[in-house]
Amino acid sequence: MRKVDGGAPAKLAVDRLSVGYNKKTLIADISFSLQPGEILTLIGPNGAGKTTILKSITRHLALISGVVAIDGSDIERMRSKDVAGKLAVMLTARTKPELMTCRELVGAGRYPYTGSFGLLTQEDKHIVQQALETVHAEAFADRFVSEISDGQLQRVLLARALCQEPEIIVLDEPTSYLDIKHKIELLEILRSMAKNKHITVVMSLHEIDLAEKVSDKIVCVKGDSIADYGTPHEIFTDERISALYDLERGSFNALFGSVELAKPQGKARCFVIGGNGCGVAFYRALQKRGAAFAAGILAQNDVDYPVAQALAETVVAAQAFMPFSEELFARAKAQIDTTDFVIDAGCPIGELNRANAALLKYAKETGKPVITDFNRLAEVID
Amino acid sequence: MTITQKNHLRCVLVFGVLAALFVLSAIAYIGIGSVKIAPAEIFRVLFGQGGADATAYSIIWRIRLPRLLLAALLGGALSLSGFLLQTFFRNPIAGPFVLGISSGAKMFLTVVIIVLSQNMAAIPVGITVVAAFIGSMLSMLVVLAFAGKIKNMAVLLVIGIMISYICSAITDFFINFANDSDIVNLTHWSHGSFSAAAWQDVAVSAAIVLPTAVAVFCLSKPISVYALGERYAHSLGIRIKPLRIVIILFSSILSACVTAFAGPISFVGIAVPHIARTLLKTSKPILLIPACSFGGAVFCMLCDLVARTVFAPVELSISTVTAAIGAPIVIWLMISRRVKHAEG
Repeated sequence: MRKVDGGAPAKLAVDRLSVGYNKKTLIADISFSLQPGEILTLIGPNGAGKTTILKSITRHLALISGVVAIDGSDIERMRSKDVAGKLAVMLTARTKPELMTCRELVGAGRYPYTGSFGLLTQEDKHIVQQALETVHAEAFADRFVSEISDGQLQRVLLARALCQEPEIIVLDEPTSYLDIKHKIELLEILRSMAKNKHITVVMSLHEIDLAEKVSDKIVCVKGDSIADYGTPHEIFTDERISALYDLERGSFNALFGSVELAKPQGKARCFVIGGNGCGVAFYRALQKRGAAFAAGILAQNDVDYPVAQALAETVVAAQAFMPFSEELFARAKAQIDTTDFVIDAGCPIGELNRANAALLKYAKETGKPVITDFNRLAEVID
Repeated sequence: MTITQKNHLRCVLVFGVLAALFVLSAIAYIGIGSVKIAPAEIFRVLFGQGGADATAYSIIWRIRLPRLLLAALLGGALSLSGFLLQTFFRNPIAGPFVLGISSGAKMFLTVVIIVLSQNMAAIPVGITVVAAFIGSMLSMLVVLAFAGKIKNMAVLLVIGIMISYICSAITDFFINFANDSDIVNLTHWSHGSFSAAAWQDVAVSAAIVLPTAVAVFCLSKPISVYALGERYAHSLGIRIKPLRIVIILFSSILSACVTAFAGPISFVGIAVPHIARTLLKTSKPILLIPACSFGGAVFCMLCDLVARTVFAPVELSISTVTAAIGAPIVIWLMISRRVKHAEG
């Protein structure tokens, strides 16, 4: 077994795993190892096999080859009951059990610890209560599962996994069906669980922006093997993510974890004078109407810059913390000459971007229509 | 009052009422009939304080008591069998009758009886039970084969009903070739009846039903988690395949026993578990399994009492009564589920 840091074996170690259905390998050579309290997230396109990997780790699918080990011991050699005491699974339920209260559903997680008839002792009930509190579900604990929202159900299911008192929790797309508030809430609970209770978390997520923020380690699943494995810092570069999801149209910005749709095609119809975040709304409005545009003059450390970079046909940009040079000013003027009109996004003018005020003046002098009203944009384009 | 206390109270209340109903309907069952017997007389006969009327003694011990016990045992077996099938299919409309399992058992049993009666004077009880069991296992396998392909429960029910019709047609076909003396019995039995109850039947069905019911009760812990989804149950260390086989096996044994002794009885397997769930407001098997068993016993006793007495001296078949009560419940269940899905 592969040891980490030469010391104690990892909490969860996956070594040269091949997984698939009916003895046919879908993904081969999966290896990673996690310490207590670490969060690992699987990301990758739909159908890449994230669920298959998770099912294999939780022994729902027979392994084709390789080893999954908890604290250094092979889980295929462990008793089912012992595994259940260490590893809990949270599955996204598509149907809600009827005539069952949330508290009862959470109580099911005590299964490995209860006697032959599954009756809960006072201690079990206490643990259930604590789990409910951890996920902030006390308020609806005694309501029927069929009466609560999907977001509440996800939290109840997490509480159920928690009261199994596991050292490892495996979650298959825990944020699906949740709105953004509940997504953040759920991931925060996971984060604090990992930190305070040293629970190791393995999950799959669709939201790559959230994956970056919540995880300690990332596995990119694509094709027949692991495309990448590393820390979010290593994995989340524009190129790696675009390649992972085949983003030929649209783009991913690793710095902000934000996604932009595809750049409009064709020759730039207008020139947007932006900066300081004023330009973004105009860029996106132009993109939605399929109107190609040029943007400038922006410093490369301006918040408008990444969006302009993703959406504009041309960006006239200055290096970070450098004044706008004469040469850039000339290039911007040349751009304005080739476009039909100019948009003044309303960026305040200061010491470093005086050139933009001069550009606006130039546009007016050469008789280009200048638009400042966002609401008038539509009629001008169409 | 907290919700936990409320649930406890509800539980005590339901089981208390059930126990009272059991005693009351037993007294009514024994007391009412072509010869009426007063409750005091019943106690004298049953608990042997002498001075009992000889006619009453013989009516109770030779006719009504075995029939009562058989109805109670098989009623419990039937609703427990229904409960297991509903757990297995995760659907409250599943039951041995609607899935065609009872009819399959009936068909197999009829064929065996007719074939054997050509060569044998009397057919041992053991053979009828085994034949009914084989028949219900075979039809269960057919249903499972369809269930593997068809996930839609409504379609599965239609298939079950079609299987029922096919099996009934084959049964009737074979009855045409039976001896005249068999025909009366077979026709009567094939519609479901407790009328031929003898002590021997009570003994054999008790020997089958009671241990099976206890075994099912002992499985209430894994069943409770199985109901939450196979993948989840697996993650808790439950071995799914053996559990599934055991559920199907027990369910088949129970419904086969009913078919062997009383013929196919409709809808008890759906109606009683549904009533139990509604009254107890829970899905906990540890409560539902005893509630279904006792509830089924009471339900069948009362239905048989109605079948036996309301149009006396004409005796209705038990399914006539159970269907009149059970079928509306099934319709109601299907409609209310459809509404819920539409809302969801």
